[in-house]
Amino acid sequence: MSSTVANTGVDNQTWGGGNAPLKASYGKMMMWFFIVSDALTFSGFLVAYGFSRFKNIDSWPIADEVFHHFPFLHGVNAPMYYVALMTFILIFSSVTMVLAVDAGHKMDKSKVAVYMFLTIIGGAVFVGSQAWEWKNFIKGEYGAVETRGGQILQFVSADSGKRIALEDFATTQPTDRTQNTSDKGIWFVKESSLPSFTVAEVQQGFLANADLRIKTEMIDAETGHKIILDRAASESKVAQAVYVVEGANLIRNEYGNRLFADFFFFITGFHGFHVFSGVVINGIIFFNVLLGTYERRGHYEMVEKVGLYWHFVDLVWVFVFTFFYLV
Amino acid sequence: MAHKLSIFRGLVTFKSNIQKIWGVLIFLSIVTAVEVALGIIKPPILLAPIMGMKGLNWIFIILTLVKAYYIAWDFMHLRDEKRSFTSSIVLPLLILIPYLMFILLIEADYIYDVMFNGFLSWNF
Repeated sequence: MSSTVANTGVDNQTWGGGNAPLKASYGKMMMWFFIVSDALTFSGFLVAYGFSRFKNIDSWPIADEVFHHFPFLHGVNAPMYYVALMTFILIFSSVTMVLAVDAGHKMDKSKVAVYMFLTIIGGAVFVGSQAWEWKNFIKGEYGAVETRGGQILQFVSADSGKRIALEDFATTQPTDRTQNTSDKGIWFVKESSLPSFTVAEVQQGFLANADLRIKTEMIDAETGHKIILDRAASESKVAQAVYVVEGANLIRNEYGNRLFADFFFFITGFHGFHVFSGVVINGIIFFNVLLGTYERRGHYEMVEKVGLYWHFVDLVWVFVFTFFYLV
Repeated sequence: MAHKLSIFRGLVTFKSNIQKIWGVLIFLSIVTAVEVALGIIKPPILLAPIMGMKGLNWIFIILTLVKAYYIAWDFMHLRDEKRSFTSSIVLPLLILIPYLMFILLIEADYIYDVMFNGFLSWNF
């Protein structure tokens, strides 16, 4: 008994449904058209990112200043290297996928299985890398303050121009303020965790350290660097702070414009979800290969279809890489 | 299944499909390495604006499109598909995405001008 509906008995009728004018099977064609629609979804996201960026062209965060971590290299400023590594991992898992498809054309079951397995490993490593990237992004490293207008003010050293973490200069004052949880007052009122320092502690620490300057969100059009205020302007600016920001969430982030973190979470998250689902689908196909399903079916087209999806995920990452980290 | 084994308009021809895959991998890796190197070095000469954007950014975008082409044509083997099938996939994207970009980026630029030249202060 056949498990497919390929034999409908109309193969020889030109107008009876047995004709394939584009020389592609139904499943493959639909995978391609799904990819087209998904590509439009992703381009919608990326263009929306471009919209927000062009709208705030003189104050958008600079990627090199945000993504500069590398595993096991603490405190080393290594912009780009980590995402470059992630890109290589994903391209490489794309290659093992093509090799699996190629082995499938030759009906070589064991090779298909090996290459599928390598592809799954590559995908899993990529998702793990992205989780690490998110962890660093959410945790933040230095902290900043926010003004009433929603501008982020970062702290830098006047000598080196390097960023200074809040804990390196903020004072500690006695405070009664604790996190409001639902068991402490009105049961439906609660708040998220408080920053490590209050605004007053940061302000006092800033005034006590003459070496500190404020780095604003604004970009100097000539040098391409963020503008650093002089001491007097810094002091008047820090007095306007109303909120201490550490790391990033969906409301505010220490890197700059609020939309930056939102787009980062949304676009890399949506892409990461695609990679994750790609790993799951690859896993299903991998077990089907091991079980010999496609050997019995007589062709490995399912491997080809899932391969298309996998390459598409790689393709999207190429664009996310460019627009988030390079441009 | 017959594979077309030439890339770069026939400049490089491979003996087998597997060799072509590795060849394309090497090419994509080189392009990525160039992008990363340029992103780290940021040669000052490339930072001058060309048509409203840094020259370096144009290079990045063009290199990305080159990579996208080889991923789609060789990894997703669009090169082996029938021409009409390829067109039905690529043409909607080639028409709709630049259209969306054109509209939204021009609009964003306009909003920037309004906020920059307006009488309200956004930086407080």
